[in-house]
Amino acid sequence: MRVLVCVKRVPFTGGKMVLAADSMSLETKHLGFTISPHEECGVEEAVRLIEANGGESVVLTLGPPEAVEQLRDAMALGIDRAIHLQTEGAEWDPEATAAAIVDAIRADEAASGPFDLIFFGNESADSGGFQVGLRVAGALGRPAVTGLKGVRLDGASVRCEQEVDGGRDVYVLLMPAVLGVKEGLNLPRYPSVPGRMRAGRKPVAVSTPSRPAARLELVLLVVPPGQGRRAEVLGNGAAAAPAVVEMMRKIGVA
Amino acid sequence: MSNLPAHARAVVIGCGIVGNSVAYHLCRLGWREVVLIDKGPLPNPGGSTGHASNFIYLVDHSKEMTALTVESVNQYKEMGVFTQSGGIEVARTKERMQELSRRMSSAASWGIEPVSLISPAEVKDLVPFINETILLGGFYTPGVGVVDSLRAGTIMRERAQASGALQVVAKTEVVALDVERGHVRCVRTTTGEIETDTVVITCGVWSPRLARMAGTRIPLTPAVHQMIDVGPVPRFSGAKGDIEVPIVRDMDTNMYERQAGGDLEIGSYAHRPILYDPEDIPPIERAALSPTEFPFTQPDFELQMQHALELVPEIVGDERVGVKYAINGILSLTPDGMPVLGESPDVGGLWSAAAVWVKEGPGTGKALAEWMVHGSSEIDLHSSDIARFHEHQRTRAHVRARAAEGFNKTYGIVHPSEQWASNRNVRLAPFHERERELGAAFFEAAGWERPMWYESNASLLEEFGDRLTHRTAEWESRWWSPIINAEHLAMRERAGLFDLSAFTIFDIKGPGALPAVQRVTLRQMDVPTGRNVYTPVLSHNGGFKSDLTIMRLGDDHFRVVTGGASGMSDKKWFSDHLPADGSAQLFDLTSGMATLGLWGPRARDILMSATDDDVSSEGFKFGTCRTIDVGTVRVLASRISYVGDLGWELYVSIDQGLRLWDMLWEAGKPFGLAACGIGVYGTTGRLEKSYRAHGNELETEYNVVEAGMQAPRVKSEDFVGKEAHLRHREEAPATILCTLTVDDHTSKSGEKRYMLGREPVLTRDGHAITDRRGRRSYVTSAGAGPSVGKHILMSYLPPEHAVLGNGLAVQYMGERYPITAAVVGATPLFDPENIRIRS
Repeated sequence: MRVLVCVKRVPFTGGKMVLAADSMSLETKHLGFTISPHEECGVEEAVRLIEANGGESVVLTLGPPEAVEQLRDAMALGIDRAIHLQTEGAEWDPEATAAAIVDAIRADEAASGPFDLIFFGNESADSGGFQVGLRVAGALGRPAVTGLKGVRLDGASVRCEQEVDGGRDVYVLLMPAVLGVKEGLNLPRYPSVPGRMRAGRKPVAVSTPSRPAARLELVLLVVPPGQGRRAEVLGNGAAAAPAVVEMMRKIGVA
Repeated sequence: MSNLPAHARAVVIGCGIVGNSVAYHLCRLGWREVVLIDKGPLPNPGGSTGHASNFIYLVDHSKEMTALTVESVNQYKEMGVFTQSGGIEVARTKERMQELSRRMSSAASWGIEPVSLISPAEVKDLVPFINETILLGGFYTPGVGVVDSLRAGTIMRERAQASGALQVVAKTEVVALDVERGHVRCVRTTTGEIETDTVVITCGVWSPRLARMAGTRIPLTPAVHQMIDVGPVPRFSGAKGDIEVPIVRDMDTNMYERQAGGDLEIGSYAHRPILYDPEDIPPIERAALSPTEFPFTQPDFELQMQHALELVPEIVGDERVGVKYAINGILSLTPDGMPVLGESPDVGGLWSAAAVWVKEGPGTGKALAEWMVHGSSEIDLHSSDIARFHEHQRTRAHVRARAAEGFNKTYGIVHPSEQWASNRNVRLAPFHERERELGAAFFEAAGWERPMWYESNASLLEEFGDRLTHRTAEWESRWWSPIINAEHLAMRERAGLFDLSAFTIFDIKGPGALPAVQRVTLRQMDVPTGRNVYTPVLSHNGGFKSDLTIMRLGDDHFRVVTGGASGMSDKKWFSDHLPADGSAQLFDLTSGMATLGLWGPRARDILMSATDDDVSSEGFKFGTCRTIDVGTVRVLASRISYVGDLGWELYVSIDQGLRLWDMLWEAGKPFGLAACGIGVYGTTGRLEKSYRAHGNELETEYNVVEAGMQAPRVKSEDFVGKEAHLRHREEAPATILCTLTVDDHTSKSGEKRYMLGREPVLTRDGHAITDRRGRRSYVTSAGAGPSVGKHILMSYLPPEHAVLGNGLAVQYMGERYPITAAVVGATPLFDPENIRIRS
């Protein structure tokens, strides 16, 4: 089988977020980059599916030249090859992103056959538009389901579990299909050193799609109040228990 | 609300391993009202201590660094935070095996035991997962271990707090340091201010920023050290402790591998130098991890993965073992690889203990506290002294250039004479063009380019052919030329012209000048105008702070001439001891003056033919100085010698230096004058005369009597170190400086080998020699003595060994060579009556 997973390079935030001077992007001077936890689960699922069933896994991103780091990270975990839709760095809106990805998928499928499954993270970690996966599915005319915490192959179908309040909804989709997955789908592995070394030798197909005029415009970013608070150590060992209990009472969980 | 005290005896800024230990030792030595402050939370405020790999290797070629490390280990052990694991530095190449045998020598010189060279199979026995097939051997130090540096910091902090002497303030950032009339007065923080006369900057990679707040500099740069953690390692499952297997340093690839519980930690100093500025370090609240753990840059680690896979394939090649954690950890690098310790030369009361790593942290804290409280430390810190830097060495460009160059030498094979390649040609003598034309091999001293020898003197090789030794071994012919010895013989037979412009020169002037210089010198300075005096400068404990020459140029005018390496710390020492009433002032002339040395039996003939002034034996006596005319150039001539021959040091203003060179060169032609390099001045000429050198024979750990430099009488005036010196004169010396010669240079392979210095001196049957104060005997200086036909070594020997003709041995590159004590005390091998110098 063939599996595609789409990922997005995003800043690795752990501390207080600070905006660039124009409030149009995050100040990333001190930050590393990663992909979202949802997408990490998508990568892991793609690797496991190919390990179990044979075939080929491909990772795709649309992003700046540096996004090749995220492609290599995915290949270090076992993805076979990568497609890099290279941009000049500025954020593309979801419609434009989806259109470029659709073109790339069509081209790859024309050469190598259809992808049975296309994984997206449920939403990107930074802009959180919840759109790209669904737009791609719509354009390709393939069934899609999002919010997935369970994926299992069943012959020509895929059985998907979607997390909802109080339980799970189960869908069975005929492949090829597009799946939006969430953190918790699986426990992603760490890359091994041999995996990292292999990743450096795996192929990355680079192309530079032209950016269409945006019909969706970012106006301004605002950092919500209270963001970036730090953990506080309440104590060490058993002696910390009373302080923990008191804190749990205070915040209403005990 | 602020919980800051209004006043403090001292404010220590930074709660890493260094700040905690400085604060603790200050309190232990009796200081009260000490405040320790950090912008971060405790126990891990987010500096380099928090992400350190925390292992400690004991042996370093630097005596000072080894001493600080050993002291640190003792403290870590006392605190119960040291886990001994052993450590092996492994060799993949023959060059590295030779380097490991040098490490054996350094271990013996500094008294680190036990250590051993072991075979690949023995490495495998100790580290079962290693691929020994790519190794040639290893240097095993069982005493290597791992510490819990955060716990150690906490223990020291809490001990000091329990004594009531220390107040700790976390999550409070220093925003300004107030300086009034050259002295620190106040620390301003985000929660209030503290008045104090003493501030210690122990802020690791942030230190330059704090120094700038006080208008001065701490020359270090934050730099990346890459580390990854892989696991879980099946072999380590069920590991009971942090470490149970010796730590491996893969020296040839600049990497290390160590067990960390169930994981393996792999670190590297092999990647490209990645330097930052303190401003690049994020504030705590904006850091994804700790502020000093930067995002890992995978492309810089590609080759290192390959190297780790080669050495520990069982673990690193295991597909089940994942890279769990990877950081670009930020640590401090300095332009010369040594820490930055001591009081700022610019701001009184502002102390630095920066660029100190975990392995030497507590020892450094103790030494700095001793320095602050007693005026000097037990361990000689001259290589780490913040005052050692010349102006250009404190610029950002220099710090970055040298830090970048030094980084990949962290595990390097560094020759003792190795020269830096970056930021050269900073300070040029006026004779530089002439020297270049003569094919000078330039070595650097304090930024000055000094000829070590001149290729144009290769013609002398033939003339002195049968009296020259030729070194065939690559190691000791590196950074060396037989021309040095030929220049030496030309000087001894005719005359040599030396460029000595790297001297640091400063004047002490004013009505209080005489008492000011008396205060810091061992010898009597109340001499007639026109006399020069060579004198030790003592530390408070009576050891050697420095040695230098002072000329009395007038009733209230003294000129101090000292070496480039120690020049700036000497300058601070003199400045610190100037009278408070301003009655004497220091003027630095270094960059305005050039110096030539003219020595040899024909030196007088040459100078005579260039000057109309009386430079005869009677007219210009040894030990005197005065200004003479050489053509139209006014030259301060001082009859003194560090090479043991008749002649002068000639001081000239920079603008007329070239003219002086040209006139002397012209005058010297009929007499066979040769340009001579520092190889003669600093090594061969000096050693034939058993002249001591600071940093070699002369350190604060040795006293005047031990060095054989006591005068018949001690001057009546008070001076720093006098009390200790008087005591030393009453005691039998624990050790005595001797000059030795090598009896046989032949190694087992038949090749002749020549020691370079710092090697252990042993008994003939190979036993270490230790004096009653626990100091090992080692070679303080080594070099050829072309006129005496011997390779000369100097070493301190305990009285029972300091016996003329006593047969001993020196360990060099894994073999022992017989040596003999040729001189006990200060009498030189060459011209022991000093007839030449006085002729």
